[in-house]
Amino acid sequence: MSYSVPRLPEERDGDFSPQGRDGSSGWPLWEVFIRQRRGMSHIHAGSLHAPDGEMALQSARDVYTRRGEGVSLWVVRSSDITASDADEADSLFEPTADKPYRDATFYQVPTEVEWL
Amino acid sequence: MTDRHRGEARFEALLAAEEKVEPPDWMPDGYRKTLIRQIAQHAHSEVIGMQPEANWISRAPTLKRKAILMAKVQDEAGHGLYLYSAAETLGITRDEMMRLLHEGKHKYSSIFNYPTLSWADIGCIGWLVDGAAITNQVMLTRCSYGPYARGMVRICKEESFHQRQGFEIMATLSRGTPAQRQMAQDGLDRWWWPSLMMFGPHDSASTHSRQSMEWKIKRVSNDDLRQQFVDMTVPQAEYLGLAIPDPDLRWNAERGHYDFGEIDWDEFWAVVKGNGPMNRERIAHKRAAWEDGAWVREAAAAYAARRRDAVA
Ligand SMILES: [Fe+2]
Ligand SMILES: [Fe+2]
Repeated sequence: MSYSVPRLPEERDGDFSPQGRDGSSGWPLWEVFIRQRRGMSHIHAGSLHAPDGEMALQSARDVYTRRGEGVSLWVVRSSDITASDADEADSLFEPTADKPYRDATFYQVPTEVEWL
Repeated sequence: MTDRHRGEARFEALLAAEEKVEPPDWMPDGYRKTLIRQIAQHAHSEVIGMQPEANWISRAPTLKRKAILMAKVQDEAGHGLYLYSAAETLGITRDEMMRLLHEGKHKYSSIFNYPTLSWADIGCIGWLVDGAAITNQVMLTRCSYGPYARGMVRICKEESFHQRQGFEIMATLSRGTPAQRQMAQDGLDRWWWPSLMMFGPHDSASTHSRQSMEWKIKRVSNDDLRQQFVDMTVPQAEYLGLAIPDPDLRWNAERGHYDFGEIDWDEFWAVVKGNGPMNRERIAHKRAAWEDGAWVREAAAAYAARRRDAVA
């Protein structure tokens, strides 16, 4: 298929050693967030390597905003992000399912009552 | 149930539900390795693909064409970066991918091992090569691996500009002087078959394809994608008044598709194995650019260290 390369018979997979993601000649990885318009939140756009935050911002501008994608950029060291554990997603997010009374649709409103 | 079994069950369930697999999820080793190989080589293709086009930046016929070509080449650099980031989420480093490319252990799309001999070749790359890439990449926006699929959405938005500017170059040449028309035809003659080769071997000869389809990395087979591309492109060539260099090409009303001739598979494998017209030059140029840029990387790191020290 295009932009991928057919396998040669002698080719083997896995000719690499996983080393984590900080590894572009020692430059740490940064996550890039873009505010598309004033009034909106910054949304994750991707990541890049840079030696420090200032240079990460400059690269983020070139890599992620070539077509007016935003009016503001954040860069955050990837290693500074604390993420929830995918294996615990069930126990973390499941409890909301048995609390339907947290939704407005749970309640019956008499049709003759307005503004509710 | 062991962790591995639980992970496996969740992985299968995600695929079945058409949900995306994300970096922290458990995934089979083969799935991870297939993706690393595919995404890294896709990234290398974007990066090496800048070379044949950059070859014409200084000789673009007008200032407008020059600005457009620079913007396109810059986009391709961006595509490479989005994809390297996506590959890194699977546990390979950027440096490792560079090393594998420079040592010839990772390849890139063979299409970039053909030379750009005339300005019409820049038209052909945009129209045919980006056109073929779009056919494939639109499919990949539905790939089961989240970071790759998201990268593809961003890339596809930018690709349509690439294809249109290429088609416009071809349209301008084919409405020009007889010599310009001839240049356009000559470009099509040289780029048509390599463009069809971009879709890879026949399905019958592509054993890994089936596994990729099961993992929902690949959603459409090589031959089906190639047919899609031919069906879209033939009427465009007719509009340009250019002849596609294939005596077997004809509309098949029964199938509702164009029939077309057989690819020269000997040429295909020769180029994949490193014996195309430009294989050696492309890698030599890439390595030289990496080595010549070493001082920039060192200076940037030194500057960052000095600023850190000043703060501390
Ligand atoms: Fe691209
Ligand atoms: Fe492109």
